[in-house]
Amino acid sequence: MADPNQTKRVPTRGPMLETPRRNAILKKLNARPTVRGSAIALAVLMLFVLIAPYFAPQNPYDLMALNIMDGRLAPGAESMEGGRYWLGTDSQGRDMLSAILYGLRISLLVGLSAVVLSTLIGSFLGLLAAFKGGWIDTAIMRLVDFILGFPTILVALVLLAVMGRGVDKVVIALVVVQWAHYARIMRGRALQERRKEYIEAAQNLGFPAWRIMLFHLMPNCLSPVMVFATIQIATAIVLEATLSFLGVGVPVTEPSLGLLIASGFEYLLSGDYWISMFPGIALLLLILSINIIGDRMRASLDPR
Amino acid sequence: MSQDKTLLDVRGLRTAFHTEAGAWPAVDGVDFTVRRGEIVGLVGESGSGKSVTGFSLIGLIDPPGEVVAGEVIFDGVDLCKQTEEQLRKLRGDRIAMIFQDPLMTLNPVLKVGEQMREAIFTHYPKTTRKQADARCVEALEMVGIPSAATRLDNYPHEFSGGMRQRVAIAIAMLNQPELIIADEPTTALDVTIQGQILYQMQKLCRAHDTALIWITHDLGVVAELADRVAVMYAGRIVETGTVDEVLSAPRHPYTRGLLDSMPSTAEPGQRLHQIDGMAPTLAGREIGCAFRPRCPNAIARCAEVPPENTVEGERSYRCYVPLVQELV
Amino acid sequence: MALFILRRLLQSLFVLLAVSVVVFFAVYAVGDPIELLVSPEVGQAERQALIARLGLDLPIWQQYGHFLWNALHGDLGNSFVHGMPAVELIVQRIPATFELVVVAITLTCIIGIPLGLVAGLYRDAPLGRGIMATSVLGFSLPNFWQGMVFILLFAVWLGWLPASGRGPTVDVLGVPFSIFTAEGWRHVAMPAVNLAIANIALVLRLTATGVVEARSQDYVKFARAKGVKPGRIVRRHILRNILIPVVTVIGMEFGSLIAYSTITETVFSWPGMGKLLIDSVYQLDRPVVVAYVMLVTLIFVVINLIVDILYAVLDPRVQLLEPAH
Repeated sequence: MADPNQTKRVPTRGPMLETPRRNAILKKLNARPTVRGSAIALAVLMLFVLIAPYFAPQNPYDLMALNIMDGRLAPGAESMEGGRYWLGTDSQGRDMLSAILYGLRISLLVGLSAVVLSTLIGSFLGLLAAFKGGWIDTAIMRLVDFILGFPTILVALVLLAVMGRGVDKVVIALVVVQWAHYARIMRGRALQERRKEYIEAAQNLGFPAWRIMLFHLMPNCLSPVMVFATIQIATAIVLEATLSFLGVGVPVTEPSLGLLIASGFEYLLSGDYWISMFPGIALLLLILSINIIGDRMRASLDPR
Repeated sequence: MSQDKTLLDVRGLRTAFHTEAGAWPAVDGVDFTVRRGEIVGLVGESGSGKSVTGFSLIGLIDPPGEVVAGEVIFDGVDLCKQTEEQLRKLRGDRIAMIFQDPLMTLNPVLKVGEQMREAIFTHYPKTTRKQADARCVEALEMVGIPSAATRLDNYPHEFSGGMRQRVAIAIAMLNQPELIIADEPTTALDVTIQGQILYQMQKLCRAHDTALIWITHDLGVVAELADRVAVMYAGRIVETGTVDEVLSAPRHPYTRGLLDSMPSTAEPGQRLHQIDGMAPTLAGREIGCAFRPRCPNAIARCAEVPPENTVEGERSYRCYVPLVQELV
Repeated sequence: MALFILRRLLQSLFVLLAVSVVVFFAVYAVGDPIELLVSPEVGQAERQALIARLGLDLPIWQQYGHFLWNALHGDLGNSFVHGMPAVELIVQRIPATFELVVVAITLTCIIGIPLGLVAGLYRDAPLGRGIMATSVLGFSLPNFWQGMVFILLFAVWLGWLPASGRGPTVDVLGVPFSIFTAEGWRHVAMPAVNLAIANIALVLRLTATGVVEARSQDYVKFARAKGVKPGRIVRRHILRNILIPVVTVIGMEFGSLIAYSTITETVFSWPGMGKLLIDSVYQLDRPVVVAYVMLVTLIFVVINLIVDILYAVLDPRVQLLEPAH
């Protein structure tokens, strides 16, 4: 018969705290970055970019404030009114610093809207495909495979060639090429979760299908989508910048960083580097930050 | 060079796994010996530390694991103090190992022949390709694989599970090792194949005077195959002795429990016996004897200090209240 | 093997057909097709004649039929700007683009794979960490801006390399290539590196994670238990296993590089397909745009097929037919 004292809490042995190679081994078991930390970092970054234009010394869209005589001044030059153009001016006399601050915001807004919309549309369709199965699943996934089989830049380019320029059209083009990724991720995860017991329980309780899909299934499939979406913000921003550079993106009236860089290209060979270089560095820093945050987020969810 | 026939002498082996909180000992002070040509069965359930013991002997414990203390004396040399390169020279040559899952241990994209030949070439680089192939064919025939010569050009997935394990055994025997460590080699195979492989291994070891440590959870296998047995529980060896002695008159209540729960010892129609409770997890071992919560004979002392090893001639056991009756 | 190829061929044909439908309806149905296809410069009478000849007054499915029929004969319309058949125009530019892409892929292999191997083997050492951190930069840099930085650095400030254009060409088998001239290399250097950098970063990271994963596999442990030397373990066991996914990625990237060459060609004024596309979009030369999409799709489909076959050859576990036993 088993020991009747078994039910009492018996003290267990603790771990060993000193071993020959413990320090060397522990160094490899690094503290993992947390998802929450990454999400906070991302939010702070975005907030910073969004309010940055309020600190700009000049409104680059106000044609009255520009002085064409101040065009193509090198960084640090003095303006006609006595202020300084810390990062130089472009051919229209626009202060590069101000243009960059405004441009950052547009780049981020376009990227964010594209990602938010893609996530919503893609996740919903992926969820639908996983939940309903059958021909809906096949149809959606065939479409996904089709879209993902082509390089995004080409599809976006041709779409914009047909649609014309404009911020809204750029966002539409970005959404069309990106939603497929989310659909695939969401569907994969949803297929796994769908087999679990809590879904079966909800079905037995008589909840309508759409309710189960949205309130029970979806919240548990969010994490891989979130990580991917974070990295995709950077991708969307680069895509928009590239399209604008190629001349099919945002219109000249709302210059994003890509357009700024494009406008400076022709002056590069004569040595007026600042019109293209500084917006580029700003773009690089923005993308780098988002990629690093996204990378950490991904690492924190990786069991290895 | 040792005078007596002892080939392997393990003393106080301790292997732990590191976490942020500390290092948990999977192997907690293990002693046993293996003589030349002897077949020793190392028996224990999942989580007892038996596989970790096997890997620890030849230094195949990777971080976050670490061999923390002890000596593994092989033919007079302490393996724990050898460098990785020195150990590498021994592995596959004088000490060979057979893993549990033959599907994962053979590289799926390389031909079987290449994986066999590399075991020869790495220790005897002067061997010609022809000689190596001949040895491989010989080894495959020895384990009962038909048309061995053509099989060398096959990939692992072209063999069935039982055949793959035979290939692994053949690889182990290639360089005529003095000791083979077999880690549950038949657990993943079905019962009929298991019998064949057991028979084969026994034959080979006897023929070549190779010592064998057979790690398993199945006492029945040990009964058929081994000369001596060591029973392991929660990181410690709780009983050793010859197979005849231990199986007919076990001293440790855990060994008795294992014997009673074997299907072959049950009367037909009767319920199978089970040991109450579950084996402790790595972090949940008690301060005293780890078996205490499941032991029918526990006394107060069992909860305070883990029992020392009592040696009775060829046998040993760790228990304050050993069983003394013979089984019929 | 034959069955496999046949099945894949059928799938590819289906994709081509689907793309033709999408492209056709995008160009011909969205917006005013007449405006899209007829150059705006022609006079009224000529317009009518052109409309009749192009069949733009016919119902849409008949137009698609014409389009498909013409396409199968290799006729995808004439360029507004250049006056010659669009297909011919694009085919002329293919060697330049391919040259760029091939050099870029070669760079990817000889830089990306070894660096990735080192990063994976020394994952916890500063070397490995440093390489991985730098690789993030590789795919964060916007490609077009990166090209401009190169131009600024090597052409404007240092004056070592030319800022644009393709070098002198030599005809090999009737096709002009510039990499067979020394001056050609000076021109192709920057664009090729520009194209390759994001790819190198990708392949590097892929190789590194592949190595890390392979190392923890049981067969590596078993090889160690056999006493195999560490060098051989890396060469034969690990490398062979990671080469499979890496090769397939590189194959797929081939198509992607053709697409991304549009950017590089624009920045460096490299006379390839990509630059033609951008110019055509700018100049509203729709037939060329349509022809480009169709041709690139064809190339993609062919590449995917080749990659699939290559994968099956490299990985002996993949069954091309039904399993033999």
